[in-house]
Amino acid sequence: MENFTPITALIGGGLIGLASGLYLLLNGRIAGISGILGGLLTPTKAGSAVFERLAFVIGLVAGPFILMNATEIEAQSLVTSSLPVIIVAGLLVGLGTTIGSGCTSGHGICGLSRFSLRSLVATLSFMAAGFVTVLVTRHLMGGM
Amino acid sequence: MRTVVSLICGTIFGFGLYISGMIDPQKVLGFLDIWAIADGGWDPSLAFVMGGGLAVAIPIFQFAKSRTEAVCGGEMSLPTNRAITTKLIVGGVLFGTGWGLVGYCPGPALSALAFGHTDTIIFVIAMIVGMGGARLAGLNK
Repeated sequence: MENFTPITALIGGGLIGLASGLYLLLNGRIAGISGILGGLLTPTKAGSAVFERLAFVIGLVAGPFILMNATEIEAQSLVTSSLPVIIVAGLLVGLGTTIGSGCTSGHGICGLSRFSLRSLVATLSFMAAGFVTVLVTRHLMGGM
Repeated sequence: MRTVVSLICGTIFGFGLYISGMIDPQKVLGFLDIWAIADGGWDPSLAFVMGGGLAVAIPIFQFAKSRTEAVCGGEMSLPTNRAITTKLIVGGVLFGTGWGLVGYCPGPALSALAFGHTDTIIFVIAMIVGMGGARLAGLNK
């Protein structure tokens, strides 16, 4: 387990939980990233709050940008998949989170924090599919 | 004020994804690879991110649930749908498959745009196309 980083995982996770909690408490909204982004695609709907959504997305990019340029904290974001796999994966994530009404943040963090059984089922569904996909691509097909 | 709150919350969320390492798909795939437990190559970090996130979010959410109005005004927009449907599970499985292929879920994919990698940009465009297509087909209802 040479890559295991429990301390930064707990601190980072705590910040994600704090951001989600503050967003609900202050703005009354669920910090589900797929929902926030998806809502921007149909901005004509009443109550879609375009500026709030856009500001959240800008913050998501600004946060890492600030840390990588203004601090010593290092991170990487390495994609090793081929172009067709990247495109298929992106389409699946967009399609799946829309059909399933949420992703890791909306169902995983916010839903479980509300003690929502629906979100627990969704979280178990995408976790299970993630485990199986990695089993197939890494161990049965020998890497994609 | 609500827009400023959104910007701050998004930024804190981005800090969290960066510091926790979840902005890196390889870190996520290292967790999803539970078959590596046998040879000691498994990375349980993502479970600790979830644990840390829930430890902070649960008390705030439970307190917020009792409120009738958001601090910055307006209603508390909490989901009311409790139905466990095939659609929910199919959506979860499709999402999980895409997540397991590359290692990006929506939050980290957007945050990783800060690195400016072409692969990340292509993934985000495909993800938005998937979201838009599903919405056009009325699958978000």
